[in-house]
Amino acid sequence: MGFFRQALVIAVKDLRAELRTKEAINSSFAFALVILLLFSFAFDSFEETTQQMAGGLLWIVFAFAGTLILNRSFARELPNDCLDALIAAPISGAALFLGKAVANFILVMAVELISLPVFGIFSNVHWTRQFPELLLVLVLGSWGMTVIGTIFSALTVNIRLREVMLPMLTYPILIPPLMGAMQLTSGLVAGTPIAPDTVVWLKVLVGFDVVYTAVSLFLVETVLVG
Amino acid sequence: MRNKILYALGAIALLILIRDILGIAQLPDEKYQGAIFKIIFFHVPVAITALTASAVALVASVLFLVTKNFFFDALAVAVTEVGLAFLAANLITGSIWGRVIWGVWWAWDARLTSALVCWLLYAGYLMLRHAIEEPTQRATFAAVFSIFAFIDVPIVIFSIKWWRTQHPQPVFWGGGSFPKDWMPFFLWNMLAMILIGTIFTITRLRQEESQRELDYLRRLAHSM
Repeated sequence: MGFFRQALVIAVKDLRAELRTKEAINSSFAFALVILLLFSFAFDSFEETTQQMAGGLLWIVFAFAGTLILNRSFARELPNDCLDALIAAPISGAALFLGKAVANFILVMAVELISLPVFGIFSNVHWTRQFPELLLVLVLGSWGMTVIGTIFSALTVNIRLREVMLPMLTYPILIPPLMGAMQLTSGLVAGTPIAPDTVVWLKVLVGFDVVYTAVSLFLVETVLVG
Repeated sequence: MRNKILYALGAIALLILIRDILGIAQLPDEKYQGAIFKIIFFHVPVAITALTASAVALVASVLFLVTKNFFFDALAVAVTEVGLAFLAANLITGSIWGRVIWGVWWAWDARLTSALVCWLLYAGYLMLRHAIEEPTQRATFAAVFSIFAFIDVPIVIFSIKWWRTQHPQPVFWGGGSFPKDWMPFFLWNMLAMILIGTIFTITRLRQEESQRELDYLRRLAHSM
């Protein structure tokens, strides 16, 4: 079985397990909804300033809701010692990581794509204006979030205060891609396409994704086997 | 013997610092900023020391992952803690300067923000260590995290720089002018800070090694 086939098997396994229980995706979406609701009390959706920070608000929701999914990624394997079985399986740690990252990415994207229209309605934001470009930003931002979240999910799975540690460790690292995604999203929902002066943020997102995907694939074996 | 060398280094660092402080106090006030400008003699050296510490932490972490020698793990944690303290000193001196010149303790300027993000990154490193009991796992995970954090430092600095900047352009490499006769004080202070950082690191390193020995003896006592 080739590397990508192995990764695919892991991804399909994770997605199947998640779709049967729906524990991570349900709680994540419910959490996103609650934060969106709280935002509507904090900010007046008809004021121009709220429109200007729409991208920031949206990505805060995504980061919070995404953490819930990423926290479950490796924790799900703890009962019945599934994690030990996965590590002992005849596949490389990198394939295991990639499979899990892809599954997490699909789940995170699903929550984001459901939250987006809800955010549009609640906050009176016209997210459809530049949808293809917005989708690109969502994909790049979410992949960065997923890669870091997945490797740190593996890192924190066995330690005390797992649920608290994951966001504490990942958010500072995620500041550059989140900042880029926030800047781009704010512009796009306001109707301005990505221009030469904002394309630098696209580069930040792509650079971050490439660098950390490579580093994670390289180091994941060390994290899993020790 | 090792203690004596450490004490001697400490005494030298203190002497340099005292001489520098007395000398810097004699220098004339800067034309536009007044006396507060002199904070740069401390602000920049502690920043450079902190940066050096993060580089040493990276090297120590990589060496630990390659050799599995716990000396490098102890070095990584020692140097990270010291670097964090120096970065905190950098943030505090910067904040004091900002209060006088900008009128606010804190502004979301590029360098302040990146320094704060770096501080949080390396604080995360220490928190991660505290959360893991098993020494080998702790050392391995901490080393991996240190590598992740170090790679993030340039990305953070550049992305925040694009985001905004109101920090004064660097005096040294950004086209600013720094009087020639002030330079020796700056360089001596630089040396003093690096020395202090080294002494702190060695002290922490020894504590870590004693701690490991204690843990080992405790395990031995339990197994008997």
